[in-house]
Amino acid sequence: MARPSGPPRESPLSVQAVPVTSGRAPEGLTAADRKRMLRVMLLSRALDERGMTLQRQGRIGFYVPVEGQEGAQVGCAVALDPKDWLCPGYRETAVALSRGIPLRQLLSQLYGDRADLCQGRQMPNHFAFREFRFVSASSPIGTQIPHAVGLALAARLKGEKVVSVAFFGDGATSSNDFHSGMNFAGVYRAPVIFFCQNNQWAISLPRSKQTRSETLAQKAEAYGFSGLQVDGNDVEAVYAAVKEARARAIAGGGPTLIEAVTYRMGPHTTSDDPRRYRSAEELALWKSRDPVERLKETLVREHALTEEEFDQFLEAARAEVAAAIQEVEPLPPPDPGTLFDDVFARRTPQLEEQRAAFLAELPGSGGRKE
Amino acid sequence: MASSPPGEPGDVLPLPYDADSLARRVGPAWKETLLTIYRGMLLGRILDQRLLGLQRQGRVGFYGPAMGQEATNAAVAAALGKEDWVFPGLREQLVALLRGHPLPVYLAQLFGNEKDPARGRQMPCHPTAREVGYVSMSSVIGNQIPQAVGTAWALRRKGVAAIALACFGDGATSSGDFHAGLNFAGVLRVPVLFLLTNNQWAISLPASRQSAVATLAEKARAYGFSGSRVDGTDPVAVFCAVRDAREALLKGEGPRLLEAVFYRMAPHSSSDDPTRYQPPGWGEEARLHDPLGRLEPLLEKLGLVPGPARDRLREEIETEVRQAIQATEPLPPPGPESLFEDTYRHPFPPLTEERDRFDTEQGGHFP
Amino acid sequence: MTELTLIQGVNQALREAMKADPDVVLLGEDIGVNGGVFRATEGLLKEFGEDRVMDTPLNESGIVGTAVGMALYGLKPVAEIQFLDFIYPAFDQIVSELAKLRYRSGGQFPCHVVLRAPYGGGIKGGLYHSQSTEQLFASIPGLKVVVPSTPADAKGLLLSSIFDEDPVLFLEPKRIYRSLPGEVPDGDHRVPLGTARVAREGSDVSVFAYGAMVPVAQQACQGLDAQGIHAELIDLRSLVPLDEAALLRSVEKTGRAVIVHEAPRFCGYGAEIAALLAEKALYSLKAPVVRVTGYDTPFPYALEHLYLPSVDRVSRAIERTVRAA
Repeated sequence: MARPSGPPRESPLSVQAVPVTSGRAPEGLTAADRKRMLRVMLLSRALDERGMTLQRQGRIGFYVPVEGQEGAQVGCAVALDPKDWLCPGYRETAVALSRGIPLRQLLSQLYGDRADLCQGRQMPNHFAFREFRFVSASSPIGTQIPHAVGLALAARLKGEKVVSVAFFGDGATSSNDFHSGMNFAGVYRAPVIFFCQNNQWAISLPRSKQTRSETLAQKAEAYGFSGLQVDGNDVEAVYAAVKEARARAIAGGGPTLIEAVTYRMGPHTTSDDPRRYRSAEELALWKSRDPVERLKETLVREHALTEEEFDQFLEAARAEVAAAIQEVEPLPPPDPGTLFDDVFARRTPQLEEQRAAFLAELPGSGGRKE
Repeated sequence: MASSPPGEPGDVLPLPYDADSLARRVGPAWKETLLTIYRGMLLGRILDQRLLGLQRQGRVGFYGPAMGQEATNAAVAAALGKEDWVFPGLREQLVALLRGHPLPVYLAQLFGNEKDPARGRQMPCHPTAREVGYVSMSSVIGNQIPQAVGTAWALRRKGVAAIALACFGDGATSSGDFHAGLNFAGVLRVPVLFLLTNNQWAISLPASRQSAVATLAEKARAYGFSGSRVDGTDPVAVFCAVRDAREALLKGEGPRLLEAVFYRMAPHSSSDDPTRYQPPGWGEEARLHDPLGRLEPLLEKLGLVPGPARDRLREEIETEVRQAIQATEPLPPPGPESLFEDTYRHPFPPLTEERDRFDTEQGGHFP
Repeated sequence: MTELTLIQGVNQALREAMKADPDVVLLGEDIGVNGGVFRATEGLLKEFGEDRVMDTPLNESGIVGTAVGMALYGLKPVAEIQFLDFIYPAFDQIVSELAKLRYRSGGQFPCHVVLRAPYGGGIKGGLYHSQSTEQLFASIPGLKVVVPSTPADAKGLLLSSIFDEDPVLFLEPKRIYRSLPGEVPDGDHRVPLGTARVAREGSDVSVFAYGAMVPVAQQACQGLDAQGIHAELIDLRSLVPLDEAALLRSVEKTGRAVIVHEAPRFCGYGAEIAALLAEKALYSLKAPVVRVTGYDTPFPYALEHLYLPSVDRVSRAIERTVRAA
């Protein structure tokens, strides 16, 4: 028997061809709209800049940068209705900002302080904002995908004309929950959009080793609905793709998988060092496709934006982030007693007992309880 | 296949072969191959009939018939190599028998008695046959799929010219392990053949509602390799498809998915009542595709097993089955000590203490 | 002897095992090029190649299921689950397959796989990078559960696990991966599974701990010396099999027991030890058994330091037990 070779080696520069888009603004997206989108992208980038630094300075414990994926995130979020449900992963900060979630609230979550709606229970960037239909993000990969299907079915049952969107990455397409979620959505023709940001890397595993499938988009065919690949660094192309998928879902046409081909320009998180597994050339190539730069260039070309205006936007974004940090950083940590809240709707007798003992033992509680 | 025209009772869809086409497709030994497969199919059918009867009489606790799957099972067994490994789904017991697992040992598993190598620990129809490369099956759907990938990887690493066969049904394509197994196999390019035995029902859920995809075979594309479909009631087609896929696998061409489509001609198991969910007419349609019903006229036409020879063969198998049952049924159950064995290679406390006080706890019934 | 960190001990055990036996293969997420997110497999890809150090797609059930298949064929796979918190997609493969194959096949298909998983809190990992759920696995017959607390034990126990005959879940206390270096014997150093370690001798009270709670308990015990309380500290090292004799011997001597673990109290592993003492050492006990554990809540992020048993909490519990009678 001819012994087949092991898994083929991939060139570190092997990245997928990115489809060319027309460059024409999708219908309904004015220059003013696109400038607003640009500003959100800049705000996200400014938050990334500071977030990474705050972590290095030990002022927050961890950070997950979006850098490079702002186009995909903002393009998608803007194409949705405010009533649509979002099931994010932990790298959806630009989606949250697009939704209009106040920067202060995001920062409180990063700091895990008393104003954090989740009482500092999760690691940074694991946002949850019910008011904005932004469902609580979790660290396990892909678990949110079937949740989006359930939300979509519930919305349909209630007669609401909304869709749900599952956000996930290339790595998540290997997860069990991708398979379950996609299959259920196909069988029930659920009004859901599977928004896959293929940022080329699942921590250190390149997209080419995640699956032998030629594109991630074609995985939709295995579940009986359509998938499309879109240039994720072209905010307008993403917007158009999501708009169309949304219209189809609302019209009862079932789910769509959108593979937004993009790139994670930063590390996976502050705990990661991407130089260990990818080349500087590859990073440089993708920096030349920076979604922020691309949108800026388009607007400048159309005379809808000047360089000076862009610089002002950037400065404004940085100032907004700095002001919010100043406001949020002094807030105290959550009340220790909250440790025992929200485990169940009401604390059980065991939890009451543990809470009482815990509070009595806290420094400054006035002595021990023997 | 659901759109096949209904026929008269007793009608079957004929198999489209003659001596020439069989020699061309199966090869010079086509007669022997066909006879081996036929004998295997007959054994499967007779066993199912006998054992369903035993279950109704309360002599075995449970039974999962494979009626309708005989052509696929027997053809697969004929196409595989001795060193290949089989990871069964729910209904490939016949493959183990045709690979040489002794019938009395198989029956001992059904009766759960002392001659069962697995000491009566599993429900009936869950044989383990290491000696023929047939892996212990689990009742959990789909779990064997990534395991077959791991074994295929080990085969390649050890330089053994053999494949791993992962068998599973239409329902298993929805499981997480289907997704994991096929994806890993695609990435690793290991010699594993995914045999999807699509009997069109996952207990009560028709395959059409298991997934919105047009054919299950095309799911392979999502993992970067090819999938194909074969008529699972046509043993010649299955034999050729498995043989060809196996050869491609051994050449290092990466994994394949083969979907064999046939009709589940019996309940899911002895605990199931399909009249609650199958549409009227299903039974007739299934009988049109009865693999034995389709093969026997062909054999007759080819002069291979004329009527009287067929009767003799049937009698011979029935005798073999009867004798094996007679020899196995009266055997005592496994000894109680077996309860505490094989959890670990070497048991340790508290398990050993539980073992040591078992007799006292049970009131001294096991001196 | 070389001074190593716990994670280096793990790395060295893997390297020794791979050098000694070509059947030992590694698989997991980010373990190859990246050397593991905690660097447990640093340098191994380069040394042993892609056929033996496999970066897998992102699917834990696929990792464990594939490892099961490899083991059935006679390889000795050591799979890394990036965090114990991410093992649950593979729970089915572990409970239904890995732990049962030997039993359900009458010994024909033993399935020796080592699953390595960093576990526990103390690194500001929040809900999904901190949990201690060893009790879920310790209650599954057929699986062994091992937890080192020193660099030497990390190496010795991992080597024993890899060359054991049963499947082992090898839990690595990531909080002390790097913080407490120690002397590690060179070469093929093995520590038998099922043997506890007397980390500190004492006469007044037995403290039982494992993993990252061992150094916490150690510090608590040391602090109490000044008050004339001499605590004995037993590092369990192996939850399954449990070294019952060592535990009983200690309690027979001291008459008091404090059990420390990070996992929530209710149905935690400490309950098993308490039950063991009630069954087999009741007449040696002079005071009620006390547990110092995580609370019965999910693992928090911001208030992690208040959730985990601290030196202070452990000291108070020991003191209380000794003063009780």
